Amino acid sequence: MDDLDRLTNSLLAEVATTDSAAAVEDLRVAALGKKGSITGLMKTLGAMDAEERKAKGQAFNAAKDRISAALDARKTQLGQREMDARLSFERVDVTLPVRAESQGRIHPVSQVTEEITAIFADMGFKVAEGPDIEDDWHNFTALNIPPNHPARQMHDTFYLPPKDTGETILLRTHTSPVQIRHMMSGPPPHRIIAPGRTYRCDSDMTHTPMFHQVEGLVIDRNIHMGHLKGCLEEFTRAIFGIPDLRYRLRPSHFPFTEPSAEMDIGCSRKGGVLKIGEGDDWLEILGCGMVHPKVLEAAGIDPNEWQGFAFGMGIDRIAMLKYGIPDLRAFFEADVRWLRHYGFSALDVPTLSGGLVR
Amino acid sequence: MKLTLSWLKEYLDTDASVQAVADKLTSIGLEVESISDPAATLQAFTVAHVLEAKLHPDADRLRLCTVQTAAGTMQVVCGAPNARTGMKAVYAPIGATIPASGDVLKKAKIRGVESNGMLVSERELGLSDEHEGIIELPADAQVGASFAALRGLDDPVIDVSITPNRPDCLGIYGIARDLAAAGLGRLKPLAIKPAAATFKSPIGVSLQFTPETASACSYFVGRLVRNVKNGPSPEWMQKRLRAIGLRPISALVDMTNYMSFAFARPLHVFDADKVNGNVHVRLSRQGEKLAGLNGKEYALDDQVTVIADDSGVLAMGGVLGGEPSGCTETTKHVFIESAIFDTLRTASTGRRYDIISDARFRFERGVDPEFVVPGIEEATRLVLELCGGEASELVFAGSKPEWRRKIAVRPARAHELAGLDLPVADASRILQDLGFTAEHLPGHILVMPPSWRPDIHGEADVVEEVVRIAGLDKVPPVSLPRARGVARPALNAAQKRVVLAKRTLAARGLLESVTFSFTSAKLGALFGATNPRLVLQNPISADLDTMRPTVLPNLAAAVGRNLDRGAENVALFEVGPAYVDETPDGQLRIAGGLRQGNASQRQWSGPPRPVDAFDAKADAQAVLEACGLPASAVTIEPGAPAWYHPGRSGTVKMGPKAVLAYFGEAHPGVLAALGLKGPLVQFEVFLNAIPLPKDKGTNRPKLNAPDLLPVSRDFAFLVDATVSAAALVRAAEKADPLIAAVTLFDAFAGKGIDPGKKSLAIAVRIQPSEKTLTDVEIEAVAAHVVAAVTKATGGVLRT
Repeated sequence: MDDLDRLTNSLLAEVATTDSAAAVEDLRVAALGKKGSITGLMKTLGAMDAEERKAKGQAFNAAKDRISAALDARKTQLGQREMDARLSFERVDVTLPVRAESQGRIHPVSQVTEEITAIFADMGFKVAEGPDIEDDWHNFTALNIPPNHPARQMHDTFYLPPKDTGETILLRTHTSPVQIRHMMSGPPPHRIIAPGRTYRCDSDMTHTPMFHQVEGLVIDRNIHMGHLKGCLEEFTRAIFGIPDLRYRLRPSHFPFTEPSAEMDIGCSRKGGVLKIGEGDDWLEILGCGMVHPKVLEAAGIDPNEWQGFAFGMGIDRIAMLKYGIPDLRAFFEADVRWLRHYGFSALDVPTLSGGLVR
Repeated sequence: MKLTLSWLKEYLDTDASVQAVADKLTSIGLEVESISDPAATLQAFTVAHVLEAKLHPDADRLRLCTVQTAAGTMQVVCGAPNARTGMKAVYAPIGATIPASGDVLKKAKIRGVESNGMLVSERELGLSDEHEGIIELPADAQVGASFAALRGLDDPVIDVSITPNRPDCLGIYGIARDLAAAGLGRLKPLAIKPAAATFKSPIGVSLQFTPETASACSYFVGRLVRNVKNGPSPEWMQKRLRAIGLRPISALVDMTNYMSFAFARPLHVFDADKVNGNVHVRLSRQGEKLAGLNGKEYALDDQVTVIADDSGVLAMGGVLGGEPSGCTETTKHVFIESAIFDTLRTASTGRRYDIISDARFRFERGVDPEFVVPGIEEATRLVLELCGGEASELVFAGSKPEWRRKIAVRPARAHELAGLDLPVADASRILQDLGFTAEHLPGHILVMPPSWRPDIHGEADVVEEVVRIAGLDKVPPVSLPRARGVARPALNAAQKRVVLAKRTLAARGLLESVTFSFTSAKLGALFGATNPRLVLQNPISADLDTMRPTVLPNLAAAVGRNLDRGAENVALFEVGPAYVDETPDGQLRIAGGLRQGNASQRQWSGPPRPVDAFDAKADAQAVLEACGLPASAVTIEPGAPAWYHPGRSGTVKMGPKAVLAYFGEAHPGVLAALGLKGPLVQFEVFLNAIPLPKDKGTNRPKLNAPDLLPVSRDFAFLVDATVSAAALVRAAEKADPLIAAVTLFDAFAGKGIDPGKKSLAIAVRIQPSEKTLTDVEIEAVAAHVVAAVTKATGGVLRT
């Protein structure tokens, strides 16, 4: 064993005994620095002849590389050890709660309105709107409810002061005046739904002075009651997510439609629990019919050329039935417990592709 | 409208069960609300024979009865004074439900003696208020027989909801006609014969109207029946009336009720001895009075159709009879009236005086003009049968109103309008059964509706009759024709915004609320309501009489209610209407909200931060951004309307005029008025004021992402306290084209800063575009920033 081997072995042994990154660096300087022991050996090369310089040079360089690699490895090892030692003290209680973020919600009326819109959009309907404060003509007269008609009393209308012209101003009792406004805004064909607020002077367990309705109107050539039935069959099955939902149309009476009907859907009331789509009971869900020729005439449409159907239903009621919400009055009380419980996530936008059942 | 099955079957020849009748009624548009079968609730109650009734050993007022029942001999303790040996009574066994109380009968020991069941009173069975003693049955009643059957209470009652277009179905005969047309049986024809008239009526009748008011009463027929004996009506009539919820009074009065419900023919009977002279029908005179049969006194205006005699008003025609001329037990001579009163005037009178009567209900919907005379003849027959007497000849005034009208109907319309494929012969048969007559002409049928159907006017009405009776279940469902291609969007840009605004605010942690569109005058005034035209004339309650000027008042009240219930850090929003005037354009659409308390709940990681104006500003800006307006497109000015803190609120504007939003702390006065605990911040975004985006196609502008590293330099300026941060930032932004962004990261006033001054610190991001900048070039940009800020704000760079 020559000097080089001895030196190398001794240095490698020293590397293994270093106990800190600083000690590794000190050793690196002592061995490989300007005045280092290996560097010192390298300096002797200049005095050698070519043959010897070549042989020794290779050996010196190999030794230098070994020591340098050992120093690097030791440094990494010591660094890892230090980190492990530090990490053994760094602890959080991961069972602590996360920082609170307030969770907003979407009201069931908004959610269900969007669901209804998604379905009718697929059937080619557009959304139309009209004002809450209406005149007598749009809310009643144009809808074939002349003054003094008993149906006016059934509407429990809220009145505002009349216009200077004497014209009666009221809060719309249904969304049907939007039919009139829409038909007068452009030529047929028409295919719209009109969701919105409606008002009746009525308040008890199941009535609130304000509630929501959605109106539907289809005016075209050759639209008949079969289409009405098909449209509502498709709608009710889609909104409740029950592909074979039983339903029936019952003849009824509304001044603005002729023939008129009400739609019932199948349900069960066993044990006082309402279940849509089960059992053999019936639940009334909406009113509908073929638009009365007088309504078309009032809106400037020739009933000999155009005809169609209209329907109206309670959005709050659909929400109650679909999501099992018991009390209508709570819809409008803005109780945060209710809103959090029955509300919907902001990102939960109803789509046909994602389905409409939450 | 109630009817009993047996009453119906008097006019309808059918074997149908009550359920079959009910199902058919509903399917033809006469919706059944309920079926009640008293026999079912009284099933447990049977006839019992009291073999012995003796005094209870331990109680003076109780009797110990040995009772023979269907289930054997029982011992029953009874408190009724009339319980006695040998009587027949009604026995309720253990387990029976007592209808009046809903209690289930249990075996009991009463004062030490076992009682197995009960002997019951009428009140306990829910039959009447009679509770003086137990029900006493005839001696020949069979022990164990059904009490309901014995009392004739085994007649199911159907309650039908009659739509306002069907006055004919306000009589059971009309309902029977519909059922017969729908194939549920055969309608029995009425065989009404004129009564034998033996003398001329001493009371004459006349109509006293002007041509303008003549429609009030077009036809009036009367008759005197003399020497009647008024007493209770017979049991069969009382039973029917009671079953449908009417209280029997006397034969003459019961007869009129009977005619009303059997044939939808309201009549009135006057005690002829209390009629002074002749009867005339006229409009009331202002100030005339009537003491009504309902016990109320009415002061009449000049628009009421009245039946009067020579001394004054006897009755409000078609609405309410008068007490003084009403029939009583002592009535000897009765004057019967059968008339046609105008629908509109009847409705208007009834409404004005708030009188709800069976007569009004029928006249305001329309009474059959052809049944005026048959009605009075049938009534006469009943009076003669129940009370005896002699009938006078009829007296007439006016004439039967003309009701005949013909409607051209194209048979194809049943399919074209109703989607119903029905042979013409079947449709004709339905119409014929409903009383229509038809004249077949080339291409169409001339249809004449019957006199009792004032609701039928056009072709569509006739089609409805056919499809109603044939059955809507016969109409096959058809999908709406679809346009080629994928469905187009249903929402326009303004409607999409509403959805986005809601979901944006919900994503920001606020709870969406829906509150009433009206509020209290007090709350409304706090939030700027001033328009008297937006005050409801008939509010549901005084605190809901003002159309809300913004969405905030009801939300603020809701915040208070939630806090009262122990909620913390309430954050609510609503996107909905608010009103500045009564026109369609006066309806605004506002996205507004409130945050109360802290921005988050208390937590371990640090103290909670109370909400401030900037939380509300962030909410408002988020809505504006969701609507396509970046913060850079708007200007913020200090101050907002009176319901905001004047110094801690702002207005978001676009251009000099258009106000898009308000935000800030609620005015302390509002907090105090509402009794609310602060901090409370609020915002209102006027969705309809935000300009709709121009249709620019779907292309986004090209992304500008330079490869060169940006440089950031911080500056702190000392400015006057009145200088707005926005002005300073704007000046810095425009100082040099290389400036990509300016962020304000510190604002400070107080210690170390002169009074009246504040320090604003900004970070300026310099983005080289072509080559890396030298220090000199960066210093040049920095100098531009200082110069621009100083020029715009008078600010001095702090060093």
